[in-house]
Amino acid sequence: MNSWPELDRFLQTDPRDAGCGQAMELLHIYAEIAAADPRGAEQRHPEVAAHLRACGPCAEDLEGCSEPSEPT
Amino acid sequence: MRAAGSPPGRVTDQAPVPDEWVRALSADAVERERATARLHEMVLRVARAEARRRCGQLQICGPELDDLAHQATADAVVAVMAKIGEFRGESRFTTWACKFVIFEVSGKIGRHFSRRPAVPLQAGDWDRLPDRFGLDPARESEWRDLVRALRRAVQEELTEHQRRVFTAIVVDGVPLDVLVAESGSSRNALYKTLFDARRKLRASLVADGYLHQNPVRH
Repeated sequence: MNSWPELDRFLQTDPRDAGCGQAMELLHIYAEIAAADPRGAEQRHPEVAAHLRACGPCAEDLEGCSEPSEPT
Repeated sequence: MRAAGSPPGRVTDQAPVPDEWVRALSADAVERERATARLHEMVLRVARAEARRRCGQLQICGPELDDLAHQATADAVVAVMAKIGEFRGESRFTTWACKFVIFEVSGKIGRHFSRRPAVPLQAGDWDRLPDRFGLDPARESEWRDLVRALRRAVQEELTEHQRRVFTAIVVDGVPLDVLVAESGSSRNALYKTLFDARRKLRASLVADGYLHQNPVRH
């Protein structure tokens, strides 16, 4: 039993998962916190962290938001 | 999963911090025009970098890629100007503004693929599933029953809409944003549908003894 960890991981759901809507709303805030302190971002916004672990497109957007831009 | 529209967490409850960008973009015509041009330039730089970063998925390059970056920039600048009153100073203005162009690039990539006839929507090719989940062909005798049980749960436990979304994304490997473009739905709505489907399917596989009640750790 459980010789298929990838499938098991995929089917797991985290009740804290914020969903794409809320994650997208907070992505700029999360990106800035995570750039300085990834664990701090997870602790501050566990619902966004849970979502980003499960949603490839939102995780990809976070990566884009994390690229350096003008420091203004 | 938290209900859509529930109050988002905030970094701070302090009053919004005044930002030079907001002031300039809300100023009189000449100053606003200058600030908008500067915003466009900054957003275009991010759009180009993001399009280049994702060009492996896109399989386009050169002028077509640059055209996508320009379109994303134009739409993002319009969105930023429309929502500038919502900027609360919880991040740098540039990070907030760049988020819009990242979303535009994502959406345009989804639409780009949805226009390509090669996307096999609703093909339901279950033969590819073992490969997607790293199921070793040498151990097929062990997982054959699991795949059969999963397929049965998809048929019996899911609603028609959940089944359609699960099949497209998981079985056929259609990217979420492509399905968004194809269906006219939102990323949030499709993710929620898939989330509910995953929860039901796992419960079914646990009940049938194929998976442990306690999940494996991420």
